[in-house]
Amino acid sequence: MIGTRSRHWVEGWLLVLPALVLLVAFTHWPVIASLIDSLNSTPRRGAAPNFVGLENYQRLVADPVFAKVMWNNAVFAFGTIPTSVVLALLMAVWVNSAIRGRAALRLAYFTPTILPMIAAANIWLFFYTPDYGLLDQITGLFGFGRTNWLGNPDTVLWCIVVMTVWKEAGFFMIFYLAALQAIPPDLTEAASLDGTSRWYFFRRVTLPLIMPTTLFVLVNAVINSFKLVDHIVVMTKGGPDNASSLILYYIYETAFSFWDTAYASALTMVLLVVLALLALVQFGVLERRIHYR
Amino acid sequence: MSRARKPLVLEELGAWLLGLLWVIPLLFAVWAAVHPPEFAARFDPTAPLTLDNFAMAWERAPFPRYFLNTFLLVTLILAGQFIVCTLAAYAFARVRFPGADIVFALVLIQLMITPDVLIVENYRSMAKLGLLDTITGMGLPYVASAFGVFLLRQAFKQVPRELDDAAQIEGASTLGILWRVYVPVARPIYVAYGLVSVSFHWNNFLWPLIVTNSVEKRPLTVGLALFGAAETGVDWSTICAATLISVAPLLIAFLLFQRQFVQSFIRVGIK
Repeated sequence: MIGTRSRHWVEGWLLVLPALVLLVAFTHWPVIASLIDSLNSTPRRGAAPNFVGLENYQRLVADPVFAKVMWNNAVFAFGTIPTSVVLALLMAVWVNSAIRGRAALRLAYFTPTILPMIAAANIWLFFYTPDYGLLDQITGLFGFGRTNWLGNPDTVLWCIVVMTVWKEAGFFMIFYLAALQAIPPDLTEAASLDGTSRWYFFRRVTLPLIMPTTLFVLVNAVINSFKLVDHIVVMTKGGPDNASSLILYYIYETAFSFWDTAYASALTMVLLVVLALLALVQFGVLERRIHYR
Repeated sequence: MSRARKPLVLEELGAWLLGLLWVIPLLFAVWAAVHPPEFAARFDPTAPLTLDNFAMAWERAPFPRYFLNTFLLVTLILAGQFIVCTLAAYAFARVRFPGADIVFALVLIQLMITPDVLIVENYRSMAKLGLLDTITGMGLPYVASAFGVFLLRQAFKQVPRELDDAAQIEGASTLGILWRVYVPVARPIYVAYGLVSVSFHWNNFLWPLIVTNSVEKRPLTVGLALFGAAETGVDWSTICAATLISVAPLLIAFLLFQRQFVQSFIRVGIK
């Protein structure tokens, strides 16, 4: 057949064209533009930007706020991820068992996932309000005084961590639930005939079988910890004194409050490198490990 | 389903305690919303019930406008995603064309580097395109979804080639085949992806916040965040009422179609 090859050629490209144009415009170009902008100064009052080399990056290295937000991001990730993953697994195991009221429980665990982060933040903001808020009322019962939970640099990030765990655990639960339900029932039956203890079975059979899910959930949780700052905008605006600011929030602030776009681009580049490294971990190391099933 | 095991009493207690902890914030919001402000944080069972907070919230912000904007935004994105991703997914699944691998790799980059983190440059582009403060500007970066392309490509690959060939011999065009053979097969994927996309964009906040600057274009999340801003001096009862108003449609949809939602999240997540 003459012309089939070239017909495919044209057809293939025409079909991917809309997607490709949009991706180039709003994903690939912004990445390149961030790099370019990060090597230039911020254009001010109509003056064109000029090439400054690595100046923005030197500033970044010396910037205590940058160090602070990176540290916060690490604390935030380590605070939220292990807790929500363990809770998610626990929830899934319970909801997968013959527990009383399991439909209601599943609903209770999962509902926070459906809410917008903004709505959750609004509700939790009230929780943390000094005196009046629920948390202070509860601690008040035990004789503790007024605490400004979100106004104190020592507690604010942990308040955000707790809220995030609440918001995310149910989401991860459903993936564990799916994984648990995929475990062949004969395995469980064989084990119970053998008299294997439940804990032993869980450790030696269940956990390894749901390993791919754990990895999937972990990677997602890490990515989320870098991409989601809605709650920071509503609850703390990064404060007090940047104690609850995360890298993406710092980018947002730098670009849209201080209008220092060149520096914001340099910060964006750091975030992109972090995400790229995560991608390498995901596609490289993890994929190879997962493929046994 | 297998015979599920019986949990220990202690476990059952733990599960219920955790469940209670998980619903307390919501119950609390409901409590504050349906009682007068002076009872917002006083849990007196004799407190009178009222709907005034909802009326107040509804009056203070243009919720119908916000709902309309969110609805338009979500619809625009979903329609765009379905069209753009379907076309690209079909090309990757079935058409052999030079450069396909490279283009596919370029698409996959967006799985990791989503528009959520490219706010600075995308804002600049939208300004140049004159799309600031428009629904289009809010939605456009999300239309070409790598995730959508990837999922649909997987689904399309399941279609037996014979169906394809048969239709071709009958003289059907590529788009005709796509529409009559592939799209129906992938229907469950469209439903799952659609639910996840709608939930995501109904709740999305940062990018809409950056792009919009007028009441006429704001979606619900942005409206809600501004509504609750401390400077406005709105009391908690009203904020809780406003929050419940904003989440109501999605929450009700979720309660009605719980199974579909959960299945969709799982289906789209694990692939």
